Amino acid sequence: MPVKIDPKKRPMPKQEPYERVRNFDEVALGYTPELAREEATRCLVCKNPRCVEGCPVGIDIPGFIQSIVEGDFGAGIRRIKEKNALPAVCGRVCPQEEQCEKVCVLGKKHEPVAIGRLERFLADYEAASGTIERPDVAQPNGRRVAIVGSGPAGITVANDLALQGYDVTIFEALHEAGGVLTYGIPEFRLPKAIVRREVEYVKGLGVKLHLDFIVGKTRTVDRLLEEFDAMFIGAGAGLPWFMEIPGENLNGVYSANEYLTRCNLMKGFRFPACDTPLKRASRMAVFGGGNVAMDAARTALRLGADEVHIVYRRGRDEMPARIEEIENAEEEGIIFELLTLPLRLLGNEHGWLTEIECQRMALGEPDGSGRPRPVPIEGSEFRMEADAAVCAIGNSPNPLIPMTTPRLNVGKKGNIEADPETGQTSRERVWAGGDVVTGAATVISAMGAGRKAARSIHETLGA
Amino acid sequence: MYRVVVRRMIVPNIHELTVAAPEVTNAARPGNFVILRPDEAGERVPLTIADWDAAAGTVTSVFLQVGASTSKLARLKPDDVIPTYAGPLGNDTEIAHFGTVLCIAGCYGIGSIYPVARSLQEAGNTVYVLIEARSRYLLYWQDKLRGVCTRVIEITRDGSAGYKGHITRLPEILILEKIKPDRIIVNGCTFLMMKASEVTRPLGIKTIVNMNPIMIDGTGMCGVCRLTVGGKMKFACVDGPDFDGHEVDWVEFLKRRQTYNPEEVQPLRRSGCASHY
Ligand SMILES: Cc1cc2nc3c(=O)[nH]c(=O)nc-3n(C[C@H](O)[C@H](O)[C@H](O)COP(=O)(O)OP(=O)(O)OC[C@H]3O[C@@H](n4cnc5c(N)ncnc54)[C@H](O)[C@@H]3O)c2cc1C
Ligand code: SF4
Ligand code: FES
Repeated sequence: MPVKIDPKKRPMPKQEPYERVRNFDEVALGYTPELAREEATRCLVCKNPRCVEGCPVGIDIPGFIQSIVEGDFGAGIRRIKEKNALPAVCGRVCPQEEQCEKVCVLGKKHEPVAIGRLERFLADYEAASGTIERPDVAQPNGRRVAIVGSGPAGITVANDLALQGYDVTIFEALHEAGGVLTYGIPEFRLPKAIVRREVEYVKGLGVKLHLDFIVGKTRTVDRLLEEFDAMFIGAGAGLPWFMEIPGENLNGVYSANEYLTRCNLMKGFRFPACDTPLKRASRMAVFGGGNVAMDAARTALRLGADEVHIVYRRGRDEMPARIEEIENAEEEGIIFELLTLPLRLLGNEHGWLTEIECQRMALGEPDGSGRPRPVPIEGSEFRMEADAAVCAIGNSPNPLIPMTTPRLNVGKKGNIEADPETGQTSRERVWAGGDVVTGAATVISAMGAGRKAARSIHETLGA
Repeated sequence: MYRVVVRRMIVPNIHELTVAAPEVTNAARPGNFVILRPDEAGERVPLTIADWDAAAGTVTSVFLQVGASTSKLARLKPDDVIPTYAGPLGNDTEIAHFGTVLCIAGCYGIGSIYPVARSLQEAGNTVYVLIEARSRYLLYWQDKLRGVCTRVIEITRDGSAGYKGHITRLPEILILEKIKPDRIIVNGCTFLMMKASEVTRPLGIKTIVNMNPIMIDGTGMCGVCRLTVGGKMKFACVDGPDFDGHEVDWVEFLKRRQTYNPEEVQPLRRSGCASHY
């Protein structure tokens, strides 16, 4: 037993800020085996580990951490994969500070165990070793399942059902698989090689992938159900919201999805080698305080913007982004205009954005979300110059499937209604999960929903 | 990968592209578009569907060569393969028994109006098609169009075919041709759709336009295709692309259309359209 616990996590090796703002390579470099083992020894191996309760998919956290202590990395990754099919992704993008690490007992007095970094370490170690273990695939059971969307929810369902012998086909609207992991989250935070590796992995299990196929348009849900025994809809929440303030259709104003898609999916950062243009902004404002806002702001910096401001109507503590990404953004020189609300966007005669009128806010009583409600300060209006603005205030599901699928119940914001325990929708043989049900949420919650739906599909079809 | 079946220049700078895409064929309807990429480095380019052949499993579009991406498309040869061909996207053009319908088309729209006219005629309407270009040699598909309407009317800016002038002469042409449309549908470049909407407004004739903004995904994901219709923000790919031409904010639309002009290989003004957008 270690007598004295190191109060701090092993720091994550990172690219230096001055260096990384000029490239799209991954910022965090990952633990070495030595760092991982040192960090792993901080774990107390609790009898009733709180961290496991904090994990949305219930990974045996002390179990895999012990494998690291023992140097048996293979056993560690197997332990994780019992519950999580995408550890290299989750280790990088999960909000651990809100989940496992939030409740880790060490966190009461010290910093919690760096669970996310250790998860990432094992996944990367396995990938680097070149031998990805593949569990046994059951005999084909002759049942066909269609999956709409190749994001984390869809990939999880595909993985789980393929292992049980189902004949699985994923239908994806875009020309590349991965959902938000591919078109949204930038390379410097989640290298696309990792996403591709995970997609190849499920294809290796026999899953078919049909790209350029828009369910609801290319074929409707009903037509697909003629051929498939069941369907899982994991179409995400892709439709961007705007603020509904004047000037949002000025040139130079983007949704975060547009800005990030131009860069990530269409490789706009290589323009003109790739044809999709992405303008270099001089002064950019990004509206919002979540991961999406951080990603857009840091992308703009890497594309050569002189100044990037994050404009957020609440305070730093209320920002929903992962704490690590806020810190990274601060280190890189992103300017935070907190407690600030954009009122309108102003442009020149050619229809280009030139200025943003904002108002300062103060924090008031908690609102429905439990966070303090921002209230405007009278007379605090001011203008900031900007030639580009990105709106990163949220998304809801696109209407393509509900519009073309009778009797599929949807909620007010277009979210498909599904049983939270099983993912079953109002339509027989149709399940749904991930952002398309919850609205924009997290990778791990989409995977969790996928896992439950796969179980329910198996219970229904397997019987 | 999708195989190119036909790619040929129909008239200067306007090309036909026919691609083997059986999945798209099965669902294609008038007014829909596809999104394709000429190669792995290419942009996602939206093209309105101009025809399809269910038996052969092919889809045809007509496009105007303007910038880098359409120039790549213009270099395709039969049996070349392209990496992306997704669709059909967008809502269908409303087809019903309206009575008399006038279809107005210019530029690539002369192609995309064809299935619209065909469906309208099948639905029992009296259909007229008015096609517009700078000069006679830029008009095409007249015979094909004659097969799906009562009469094809031509208008050229130099008077080399049909009426001389621009679409602004429409009110007068309607009187001369003795046509009283219950509905007008316009396909083609933005300028034609905008001008047509302007002249039909005082006539009080419902005018539907098939909008063609910059697009990326075509599924409602990026919002670049947004426009203002009736004072509200709409996404052309999922809310349209057909809208009431009298409600579109054309000034804003034209500006948004020009966002990437400096980045495009400067449009060549050879086609003779007043505007390429
Ligand atoms: C920029 C950005 C950064 C983020 N950062 C984080 C983070 O750090 N940590 C975190 O946990 N979460 C993060 N998120 C949220 C997270 O990515 C999502 O919650 C998660 O990806 C949802 O997974 P999903 O499988 O439900 O949907 P998605 O990943 O959205 O995938 C849905 C897929 O379905 C496809 N599709 C949609 N409609 C159709 C159709 N009709 N037919 C066929 N295919 C269709 C889409 O093209 C897409 O590929 C971020 C999101 C964004 C946008
Ligand atoms: S709660 Fe923290 S210390 Fe306890 S088992 Fe989990 S990671 Fe280890
Ligand atoms: S093209 Fe992206 S939302 Fe319409």
